[in-house]
This record gives sequence, structure tokens and C-alpha cells, in this order.
Amino acid sequence: MFESFPFVSVVHILVVLVAPPLLPGVINRVKAIFAGRRGQPLLQTYYDIVKLIRKESVLSETTTWVFLFGPVAAVSTGLLAALLVPLGNASAPLSFEGDLILLAYALALGRFFTMAAALDTGSAFEGMGAAREATYACLAEPALFLGLIAIARLTGGLSLDGMLGPALLHGWSVAAESLLLVLISWFVVLLVENCRIPFDDPNTHLELTMIHEVMVLDHSGPAFGMVLYGASLKLFVFSALVVRLAFPVRTGSEPLDWIVVLAGTIGVAVGVGVIESTLARLRLTSIPALLTGAGVLSLFGMILALVH
Amino acid sequence: MVPGIVDPCMVLVLTLNFHILGTPRLRSLIFVVGLHGALLGFLYPVAHQGFHAEFHGGPAALGALIRLGLLTAAIVGIKGLLIPNVMHRAVRLADIRPTLSSVIGFTPSVLLGGIGTGAAFLFASRLPLREGHEHHLLVPASLATVLAGFLVLVTRREALGQVLGYIVMENGIFVFGLLLIDAMPVLVELGVVLDLFVGVFVMIIIVNHVSRAFPEASTEHLRTLRE
Amino acid sequence: MTSHALILTSGLIAMASGFPALVLPRSNAVQALTSLILLAGNAAGAFAVRGWWMEGPTPPLAFPSPFDGLSVGIAIDGVSAAFLVPVLLVTSLASIYGLGYWRQSEHPENGVRVGLFLGLLSGAMTVIVTARDGLMFLAGWETMAVAAFFLVAAEDHIRETRMAAWLYLAASHLATLCAFGTFLLLYAINGTYEFVPIRETGTAASTALVLLALVGFGTKAGIMPLHVWLPSAHAQAPSHVSAVMSGLLIKMGIYGLVRVAMLVPDMPAEWGLFVLAIGTVSAILGVAFAVGQHDIKRLLAYHSIENIGIIVMGLGLALVGRSVGNPVWTLLGISGAILHVWNHALFKSLLFLGAGSVIHGAGTREIDRLGGLGKRMPVTATCFLIGAVAICGLPPLNGFVSELLIYIGLFRVATGADASTASVAALAAPGLALVGALAVACFVKVHGIVFLGAPRTPEAAKAHESSFVMLGPMAALAACCVVIGVVPLAVAPILDVAAAAFTGGVAGPASLAESAPLAAISGVAGLFAGFLAAGALFLGVRGVGRAPRSLTWDCGYAAPSARMQYTSSSFAETLVHLFSWALRPETHRPAIKALFPDDAHFESHVRDTVLEKALFPLTRGVLWLFSWARYLQAGNLQASLMYILAVILFLLLWR
Repeated sequence: MFESFPFVSVVHILVVLVAPPLLPGVINRVKAIFAGRRGQPLLQTYYDIVKLIRKESVLSETTTWVFLFGPVAAVSTGLLAALLVPLGNASAPLSFEGDLILLAYALALGRFFTMAAALDTGSAFEGMGAAREATYACLAEPALFLGLIAIARLTGGLSLDGMLGPALLHGWSVAAESLLLVLISWFVVLLVENCRIPFDDPNTHLELTMIHEVMVLDHSGPAFGMVLYGASLKLFVFSALVVRLAFPVRTGSEPLDWIVVLAGTIGVAVGVGVIESTLARLRLTSIPALLTGAGVLSLFGMILALVH
Repeated sequence: MVPGIVDPCMVLVLTLNFHILGTPRLRSLIFVVGLHGALLGFLYPVAHQGFHAEFHGGPAALGALIRLGLLTAAIVGIKGLLIPNVMHRAVRLADIRPTLSSVIGFTPSVLLGGIGTGAAFLFASRLPLREGHEHHLLVPASLATVLAGFLVLVTRREALGQVLGYIVMENGIFVFGLLLIDAMPVLVELGVVLDLFVGVFVMIIIVNHVSRAFPEASTEHLRTLRE
Repeated sequence: MTSHALILTSGLIAMASGFPALVLPRSNAVQALTSLILLAGNAAGAFAVRGWWMEGPTPPLAFPSPFDGLSVGIAIDGVSAAFLVPVLLVTSLASIYGLGYWRQSEHPENGVRVGLFLGLLSGAMTVIVTARDGLMFLAGWETMAVAAFFLVAAEDHIRETRMAAWLYLAASHLATLCAFGTFLLLYAINGTYEFVPIRETGTAASTALVLLALVGFGTKAGIMPLHVWLPSAHAQAPSHVSAVMSGLLIKMGIYGLVRVAMLVPDMPAEWGLFVLAIGTVSAILGVAFAVGQHDIKRLLAYHSIENIGIIVMGLGLALVGRSVGNPVWTLLGISGAILHVWNHALFKSLLFLGAGSVIHGAGTREIDRLGGLGKRMPVTATCFLIGAVAICGLPPLNGFVSELLIYIGLFRVATGADASTASVAALAAPGLALVGALAVACFVKVHGIVFLGAPRTPEAAKAHESSFVMLGPMAALAACCVVIGVVPLAVAPILDVAAAAFTGGVAGPASLAESAPLAAISGVAGLFAGFLAAGALFLGVRGVGRAPRSLTWDCGYAAPSARMQYTSSSFAETLVHLFSWALRPETHRPAIKALFPDDAHFESHVRDTVLEKALFPLTRGVLWLFSWARYLQAGNLQASLMYILAVILFLLLWR
């Protein structure tokens, strides 16, 4: 795994460290354009994180070490996941058979501690957010895995490198319907895992209706900076997955491949921005139905991949 | 054997099935059922291999073209336009509640539909099909659509929901018909359409009458007639 | 002394460990003596396993029998050793924990009794996993079943405990009956009780044998829907006994299934797929029921059903692999199953011991009456957290390793098999993902509501940390969870040997280190630890830990109270609702009648659907049916004489 540590891995690590906070900026800019505003700078998330790191923080009286472990775990698992997803021409820095399961479970570990940190404050609202996060994850996870099975069946690979590489291009040529369904389903998973509209509104002002934002209400200062960074990492990971699924082409030229993937993730962010500007958020009670729908689409894609 | 466009269309049909199973909104349901039928109508000439042979064959081509065009127009017109329109009108006139209710809930309906689709694929893979028919999606799509229609038929409380379920079921049978299109006489095909038309006609009349008496038009109310 | 003889001695010492206490005056010291003897026995067992590992296979220890064709034998093989390790470790730790948790001075009526039967149970399990024939196995099996009954019934002055014990006894009888049937059929087919593979399969007798084993051992293991005894028995037993039952006793059912699978080497692939399917269903429903529980021990008990499901999935995968002749699937399946047996023994007993510590410190099992215990019981909270992360199958702890093996196996089947075989695996893998996500939801709930936040009752506010005797075993189990999770290669050799024993060396499977990314897991764990350390260091340098303290933000409300916190029932509400088709939750809500309604209260329960909705009505029906027979027994002499006359007439006229 670590035997060769080529230059591209360094590039990968740098991209993973630097690029993610750009995506929320892109989303906000798209929303601003739709609303006829000029909007915040594209780099606003970077400014926010830097400012938060320099700020003081306040802790709730009820909290224990678990509260501060939440942001640390969120960033660590996000980084781990980002190192597993192939981005450019070469393979991801961490790549082995079965890494797709580590990807899903690492993100689940981050979720575990984010929710635990929320419950640590003893606030009714944060408990509510944690409960929602836990519930919707239960519906999103099978959709993700059904898609993974479909892709694995079509490519014969068990590592993300093999699954999201040139073999997938062949998959698109023989079972495009299947992969298209998985793609739609994964995009829905991206929206719910990153708490975007129509599942959650990151800009809402009412604690009662939030999911992710309400879980991190009590974080402040550097810890909250880590929360923001962790959330953008997660968005980056899912965007990269969707981009690699939609566009597995490798041109052969290394810089070009990097540009394709990065442009793709920005494209996904634009798509999320468009959705946020044009859709209203769902009632909380109808979210499970939409997620089940995404799961069934994935299931259907998987069936098509099986019989193809 | 079957043109390449048919399979993606079948995927679309199956995806629409999930929407039909999952939506509680009557207007949306009527629209999608209409779309479902219209899509199948457009597939009719595509799947008609015999026609292509005739068309390239010579002087009979024009007659065949007209016949095919008329038939397609009839299917699309009835399934895609007439029936949805009549239903929308019924909803408006009879002041029927704009949402349906389900005996088992909508999310379980979708899940059951997903399982049913899987079972249809499994079952289709075991059928002794003619050479060349094993690999495309017509047979499983047909079975899955019939199942989806049946699910709507048995789980929706409102009479209109059941009419729509019946139409979806019929569409499933129609998909199976696409397989036999070379061998199947046009008259039989027309018969299917007429049968559907009459069925819907009669049911709409019933619904209209029932809904004038009971604006909710729930078949559960019929139970009270038993006593 | 050979290792086989030594392991038998170890079992006998363990069984006998509680007897000296019967004649000595009852005191805490005598209780310690019981534990010490058990530890000595288990140490001998450990030496036996080590000796076996060093010297390799030797002929079994056989005892001639006075009856023809009956001989009983004891031996260690790969599978036995794989089950012996957790048995020896967990019973020892539970026994030590019991010295603090179930002190003779605090439980004068049953302290000695619990020690006695715990020893019997642990020795019986040693015998079960080393028995080489049906008779020895059944002897151990019945000893285990009876010992466990008395352990469940330890607090027999409580009505619920008696009910739970009777239910356990009834289920246990069913299991034993089926086990008897299994081995009698084995005798009928092979002409011996010895564990010799059946050569001709596909006959009615071998099919019946497998089905009986599935029902009997499945009941003991707690596969849905045969699990009915499990939740109440685990909830009512003393916590260290629950740990042994959940960690080990139900694994004896799994051991039975594995052993029977070894006896029938030529199963059709469909049976493996069936086992895989019931494992998946059991796992999903088990965790779904767990989400709805309010009682911490009942909740953990339902998680045992979930984990047994995961183990059975691994077994099913191995059976499919063996049937189609794919050694890698077999290896991944059986080693995933056996490693999950280990892991579940470790983290589930850790969690039960943690729950015991909570009950000891705060005096209640009700999750919603606890809260904020993390500040008062920091060691218990940390150990419980490690167990919780491990049971969710999250990296970098041990649960992830075994689930990863099963996942890889399922993905291999889904990508490599024909469409209908692949479809089962392709549904099982997302099923396992669903189980994982539900487990995360459930354990965030338990850990968060019990240990985090603010105390909800005065009792919880006064909770105290447990003694070193109780914390030591928990810390040891937590350490094992971390070690297996971080260095899985350390356990790979014994899993390889167990897998080889399972296949009988027919198609020698590849080694686990080559078939699964075990080295990569260690690397990832190291990297992850580095990230965590860097993050913690960053926050430390910025002085976040010493930040000023203030109230929790509650939408601007300045006097939040502990009662405003989210409860476990509210946390689980949406999930319970999503699974209401299976869970059938009951809610009691007040009807609001007046404009200014009176004080009211609301409650909700998730009871066991199989027990309440199927089994109880069924038994009531059967009782009603037989109640008609009571008319025959009118109680007067003339009627009885009439019956005799009728029978004689019938016998005369018949033929």
C-alpha cells in the first residue's frame, strides 16, 4: 500500500487539503446569482475557517471530551475518505481491495462522533438533529451500497480505483441505464449526506428544522472551524465519487485529468446550487419516502447490472 | 431482434412504475399513468419489425404506414390523452380529494415494488423464452408492471386509484404484447385497446356515480353495504 | 499430559470450581476462591490450546465405553480452538467482574449459587467445543442449558425473572430436543455418534438432520424468529452472566451449526443461500428491535440477535463458497464468521459489563432515567464507548475487521457468481450496510443518552464509578477490541487453521492475509490515529480545552433543565415508525377531552412481536384446544371405568 509514494500522491494530498472549502463557496455563489445578488466571495469558506481558528471559544457546562472529539473525528475521517477516492490519473494514495467499505464506514465513524458530540451538550435541539441525521443515514447507506454493488458487478473490481477507472467506461457502454440510475441515486445520497436542500436547508434560521447545523450549534472557535472544514471535505468526497462515476474517462494526460475531476466537482457544486435555488425543502416526514425512492432506484440499477 | 431503443424505454417504464407506487398525489398519478401509456404507444411502431419489412417491401408500404400511424395515434391518444383527461375531469367534477391513501403506506409500496421488480427479473430469467428474447428487458418489465399495477389496485383505498392501478396492469400486459407484435394480429391489439377503453369508460361512470353519492369515493365505504 | 487431556481437565476444574464454596462458610473470600479455581482451570485450558498450537494435530482422547459402538472422545481442532479462546477469556473476566458486581455480602441468597453455575456453564462450554462425538456434546450441552437456567433465575424472587427463566427453559428444551434428533440421525446414517462426515447427502435423513440442527442450534443462537427467549433472559440475568450468555452461550448454537455444516460436506448451494438470507433478515430485524428498546440490557440483547445474524451471514457465505468450490469465498465467509464470534464475545461482554457498572452505580436499567454518567463514571463511559464503536463495525476497531471480511466475500459473490446466486449476496451486502447504519443510530442513542448530557434523575446525578475489580475486566476487553482492530494480522493464522478445519482440507483455502487487506487495515489505523492526534494537538494548542464554560445554547432560553433533553424514545421515534410493520410499537396517549386537560402521561413500548403476536396466541390456542380434553377427565370412577371398557372394546374390534 505504502510501497511507492509517487508525486501524484503528493498532488492528491495537497488537492484534498486545499480544494474542499471552495465547493460551499461555489454553491453560495450560484444561489446568489439565482437570487439576483452579487453574493459572497468564492473563497468565503476559507476566510471563515481562518477567522474561526483565530477566535476564542466557549464550551457548554455539560460537555465532556466527547464534545471536542466530534470535530476532530469529523475532519480525520473526512481526510481518510478523501485519500481513498481516486481523483486524477493515478490511483488514490490509499487503495486496496475492499477500500470502498472503509470509505463508507470511515464516514459513518465521523457521523457517530458528530452525533455523540451533539448529544453531549444536553440540548433538546441538538438531540433532535442527531436523531434525524442517524435516521436518514440508515436510508442513505443501502442506496450507496446497492450502487457500489452495481458498479462492482459491471467492472469486476473491489477497490475504488478499479471500480471508478477505465473499466467503468466499458460498464457505461454495456449498461448505461443501470449506471444512470445509480448516478441519480448517488446524487440524492450526496444531497442528504451533506444536508442540502431538499433534505436540510443550511441557511435556515430556525433550530427546530435543521439537521446538520443544529448538531454543531454549541461548537465555537477553532472547533467550529474544524466542523466547517470537515463538512466541506465530506461534500468534496461525495462530489468526487459522483464525478468519477459519471465521467470515468482518463485522457492520459495527467494535468488534464486533474482539471477534469476538479472541474467536475465544481460542476456538482453548481448543480447543488441550482437545486437549492429552485427546489423547496421537503417536509421532514416525507424525507424517508424520497430516500426510499433513491434506494429503490439504486436497487433497480443493481438488478439491471446483475442481469445485463 | 428488438431495436436498441426499447431497453432504455423499458427502464423508463419501470422507473415510472416506482413513481406510480410512491406518489400520493392524484393529479401526478394520473399524469404519470398517461405518460406510461403514451410511452408504450410510441414503442408500438418501434417494436413492429414486420412493418419495417413491409415498408421496404414495395407498394403496400403506404397502406401499412397509414395503418401503423393510425394505430399508434389511437393508442397514444386513448392512453396518453383521453383517459387522463377524462380522469382529471372526473376529479374536478366530483370534487374528489386530491390525495390518495394507501392501506400499507407509500414507502412500503415502493419497497414492495422494488422487490417485485427483482422477483420479475428472477422469474423472467427462468422462463423458457425464444432465442433472442432472453436478454432484453421486455419480459421482466412486463411482469414488473403488472405487479406494480396489481399493488396499486389492492392497496389504494380510493376507487380512482384502483382504476389507475387497473390501467397500469393493462399496460404491463401491453408490454408483453410488444414481444408478440410480429405474430400478433392487429385486431387482437385493437381489442386490447378497446377492452381497456370500455373498462375505463364503465369504471369512470361508476366512479362518477359513486362520488356523487360519497365525495370521498373510498371503496372501504362499500363495506358498509354488506350489512 | 496431552493437550486433549489437559483441556478436559480444564473443563472439569471449571465445572467443579463452585463446589468447595458449598461446604465453606459463605463469604466474599469464598467467592474469590471460586473465581480463583475457575481462573486456574481456564489457565490450564489456555496452556492446552497453546500446546495444541505448538505440537499440531494429535489423535483424540477417547474413552472406551461399556456399550457397543459407543465411545466418547475429546480433542481440539482448528474450529474448537477458535471457539475455546473466547470461552476461556470471557468466562475468566466475567468471573473476576462478578467479585465486584455480585458480592456475596450484597447477595447473600444467591452469591454462591451464581458462582457455582457460572463455573458449570463455563466448563460445559469447554466440553461442548472439544467433544468429538454426539454423546459428549449432548452431555456438555445439557449441563450448559441447565446451568444457564439457574443463572437466569438467580434473582428468583422477582416475577419477571421467573418468567424469563421459564421461557428460557422452554426454548432450551426445544433446542436440546432438536440437538438429540440431529445426533440420533447422525447415528442412523453413519452408525456411530462420532463426528464423521456424512458421505451420501441429498437423502431425506441428511436433509432432516440439517433442518433439525438449524432449528435447534438456531434457537440457542437466537436467530430470528427463534430468538424469543433471548431478550428477557439477557435482561433479567445478573450482568456478568448476561455477558457470558450473550458473548458465549449463544455462540454455542453457532458452534453447533458450524460443526453440523462440517458433518455434511456436500450441501447444495441453495442451502448456503438460504442460511445467508436468514442471517440477513435476522440481523436487520434484530437491530430494528434494538432501536426501539428503553431497557439497556434488553437493547443489548437484541443486538446479540443482530450480531448472530451477521455471523450466520458469514456462515452462509462459507457454505455457498464450499458448494460451488470457491475456496476464497469459503475462507472469507468462515473466517469472517469466526472472527465475528470472537469480536462479539469481546465487545458484547464489554457492553454488558458496562451496563452492569451503570446499574451498579445508578441503580436502574431504564435508559431514559440516566444521563450525564460520563462525568461520574469516566472509565466505564470510555470502555462502553469503545464497545459501542466496535459493535457498530466502525474502523479502527475489531468489529470492522470481521464485517469487512464478510463484505468482501459478499462483493466477490455478487461480482463473480451467476445472476441468481449473486442476487442474494447483492441484497445481503446493502442489508449489512443498513444494519451498520441502524447500529450506529442505536449506539449513539445509548451512549449519548446514558453517558452524555445532563443527569435526568437524582439517582443518575449521584452515580458512582465502579471498583477496580469491575473496571479491570472491562479495560481488558476494550484493549482486546483495539488490538484486533488495529493489528488483525495477529489473529489471521488461527483463522486460517480454523478455515482449513472447516473445509476438512478438501480445497485448501488460500491464506487470509492474501485474500483480505489485513495489512492495509493496520496502516490505515496508524494513519487515522495520526490524524486524530494532530487534530487533538491543534485544539490543545489553541487552548480549546481550557475555554470558558457557559450554558448550552437552547434557542436563547437561559434556564434549560435536564428534563428538556432528547430522550432515547424520541431519538428512535422515526426509525421505529419506519419499521413499524415489524416492530408494532404500542403507544398509550391520553385522550384530550376538555379545553384545559388534566395532567396526562404518554408512553410507548416496542414489545417482541414474535412472542406477543405469534407465540402467545398460538400457545393460548393450543391450551384452549386441550382444554376440551379436560371434559374427559370428569373425576368420577364410573367414567374412568367406562373409558377402560371403551378401550378394551376398541382393541377387540380392531382387526
